[in-house]
Amino acid sequence: MIHITINGKVVQAQEGEMLLTVIRREQIDIPTLCHHEAVEPSGACRLCMVEITKPEWDGWCDYVTSCLYPAADGLIVNTHAPKVNELRSSILDLYLARHPKSPEIRQLAAEYGVLKTQFEEIVDGNNCILCGICTRICDTMGFHAISMVGRGHGKEVAPPLNMAPEACVGCLSCAKNCPTNYIEYNMSNGRLTIWEKDFEMIACKECGKTTVTKEFAEYLSKNRDIPYDYFEKCDECHRKELATTMGRISNWDREARS
Amino acid sequence: MQISNVKELNKIKKECLATQKEHPKKVLVCCGTGCIANGALKIVDSVRDGLAKRKLKDVSVEILKETGCHGFCELGPLVIIEPQETFYTKVKPKHVDDILDKSFLKNEVIEPLLFTNPIDGSKITKYNDISFFKHQQRIALRNLGKIAPHEIREYIGVDGYQALAKVLFKMSPDEIVDEISNSGLRGRGGGGFSTGRKWKICKNIKADKHYVICNGDEGDPGAFMDRSIMEGDPHGVLEGMMIAAYAIGAKEGYIYVREEYPLAVRHLEKAILDCERSGLLGENILGSDFSFTIKIARGAGAFVCGESSALMKSVAGEVGEPRAKYIRSVVKGLYDQPTVLNNVETLVNVPTIIRNGADWYKSIGTPKSTGTKVFSLVGKVRNTGLIEVPMGITLREIIYDIGGGILDDRPFKAVQTGGPSGGCIPEAMLDLPVDFDSLTEVGSMMGSGGLIVMDDKTCMVDVAKYFLAFLVEESCGKCTPCREGLYQLHKLLEKICAGKGEMSDIEKMERLSENVIIGSLCGLGKSGPNPLMSTLKYFKDEYIAHIKDKKCPAGVCPELITYKILDNCTGCMACIPACGYDAITGKKKEIHVIAQDKCTKCGACYAVCNFEAILVS
Repeated sequence: MIHITINGKVVQAQEGEMLLTVIRREQIDIPTLCHHEAVEPSGACRLCMVEITKPEWDGWCDYVTSCLYPAADGLIVNTHAPKVNELRSSILDLYLARHPKSPEIRQLAAEYGVLKTQFEEIVDGNNCILCGICTRICDTMGFHAISMVGRGHGKEVAPPLNMAPEACVGCLSCAKNCPTNYIEYNMSNGRLTIWEKDFEMIACKECGKTTVTKEFAEYLSKNRDIPYDYFEKCDECHRKELATTMGRISNWDREARS
Repeated sequence: MQISNVKELNKIKKECLATQKEHPKKVLVCCGTGCIANGALKIVDSVRDGLAKRKLKDVSVEILKETGCHGFCELGPLVIIEPQETFYTKVKPKHVDDILDKSFLKNEVIEPLLFTNPIDGSKITKYNDISFFKHQQRIALRNLGKIAPHEIREYIGVDGYQALAKVLFKMSPDEIVDEISNSGLRGRGGGGFSTGRKWKICKNIKADKHYVICNGDEGDPGAFMDRSIMEGDPHGVLEGMMIAAYAIGAKEGYIYVREEYPLAVRHLEKAILDCERSGLLGENILGSDFSFTIKIARGAGAFVCGESSALMKSVAGEVGEPRAKYIRSVVKGLYDQPTVLNNVETLVNVPTIIRNGADWYKSIGTPKSTGTKVFSLVGKVRNTGLIEVPMGITLREIIYDIGGGILDDRPFKAVQTGGPSGGCIPEAMLDLPVDFDSLTEVGSMMGSGGLIVMDDKTCMVDVAKYFLAFLVEESCGKCTPCREGLYQLHKLLEKICAGKGEMSDIEKMERLSENVIIGSLCGLGKSGPNPLMSTLKYFKDEYIAHIKDKKCPAGVCPELITYKILDNCTGCMACIPACGYDAITGKKKEIHVIAQDKCTKCGACYAVCNFEAILVS
């Protein structure tokens, strides 16, 4: 165990644990857009930057992304130093200029006092904030179906060669974790379309409702030891089955006791 | 050819020296990329044919040398006759017979092909009498233009691989690290970090593997230092890498070089192959217990891949995006193993330091920036090209002594150092010594060594806009301040150049620049606003002229200038066909008129007018 000081309060932390984890454990609110606990931090959005110093630094301080900075004994952290606050509103101002229509960005910017951008708005832009959560999740799952393509201002998330990605199993992890709900998909008539790839979904044997795509079920049964037929029943019918079983067990119990 | 021990190495060196003694007369043809573009390969063919015609075919290999770059590319193709050091410029195949008959065989001089001193028009015969070369001190470029880079024997003949032999049998890894530390050598890629210290940190980390990488991803516009070294002295780079590898305990090395440098790739490939065949790379090098291999990793030309962590990702086959370096790459680099990444120029200095000692190297340059630095001197100077000078030399000496002063005797305005992330230095600071710390102090940086000289016809707002546009294009786009911040800074500069700027934009740019510098993930973003900040610091009046007076004092920004024909127009009609937009009307011997609504401000009329009758305002 080591000790660090956050906003004047001495707190305990594990050596090497990232500062953001400690800060959030202390219930201090700092914004992030690219952080997701399921994937490695990337330090892309820069909103979690904090001011750090140490007594031996002679008053010199540094600004680091807390999601990537390992906690070290004696570190003094200020999560809302004036410079940090200014940096955050400046970054949110830039986000607002790029994605003026995104409700998520507008709300977060407003929280930092940015109601209107001072920069040139990009009116025909989209709501992808290039946080990379989708691509990192896809990589973590082991699919590598989508990635960041291009660079600079023209960077985008896309499957290889902009064609329906062979490696995609339609797990929807990208879409469901997108902080601005940008990734589109369509689920109807027992089919799923995402990244322009079409999937057939498994229908529940009991009620006919769709569960997951066949490809995802195959992947999970092969790599995660979940029997394929588990996905041939929807969550609701699984629950019903469980309730019935539990009821039966209670009945046997009662009968056995009487 | 097998070189399995030091004895065999020395034997080859002796043979080379004997051959040189036997054939002191040589025709050196510069075959750097610049001269090849100017037709050097045709000169090589003509010289070869010419030697055959003169019954010298058997010894043509000893006489004709295709060398690396001399640095004076604008005057290429260059031919040098040894041992007289006669220096011929802009040679064409039709000149070759003359050169061979008169200059090579009879020691005469062909005057029209000699270098003309741009200041007094006099002709200069010898290479080292030309002010461009006279004031240089060549250590990193020691073999460029002297040896045939694709021949391993040539390199061995100039003490090549002697430093390797010295470290393998006479020095311990610790002694090498100490020697390099003592020499004061600092990273020539721009950072200026102590090379010895970098090696020491890496060496002391316990790991499965250590790596050495040579950073040849030179990307600054107008810079070609590393390219010329890789093309002209590939073995020097390899030897530097081998010494680094032996010092830190690495068995594998990579050279990261961009695909746009085909000649550099070819020469490096050949050099690696020759080393592998002769045993200078592979297992038990020179009979020692040191084993090392080098592979070439080719980059696709992204500027950001010159950044250490992005480069290592690219070598590993991933997208070249930097990562936060709270854990340094000397600790956790390529494939998460401790990695030494050195620039081409840094590595090529290493063998000479080992051979001549740290004290010798320290005696050159300044106490904190030792040795020499290679620059590519370009822009509005009379002599442009690749130069190597001792650290601590002033900008004035570089621009006026080596560069020969400003083109057309125009007034000097600024010099841009450090590439796109560097800054512009004004005339008042021309006596600034060129070293790592002085340049950083004035808001610019050493960078990898670009020097762009600007005259009074250069608009500083336009220069800032140009570099910002470059960086917007080359930002990897991973972190928000760099991707969006540089984009918005560029937009603001565009607005000012178009005459639509407001005074509040200056403050807006200053504040945003500060946030981009603090907030960005890697060096690209952290130094990205430098061209803007430095021009704003030293040339603020030009920004104000653009914003308040809606004028571009240098006459560059199209939206803010007009072209007018003055009364001294002779009516020669030269400008009428030059205008691609039919904006100029007029009859012979009558003053012409430019229709402002049709004028695109391209400057074509200005360029053809022989009477200075066109005014740009």
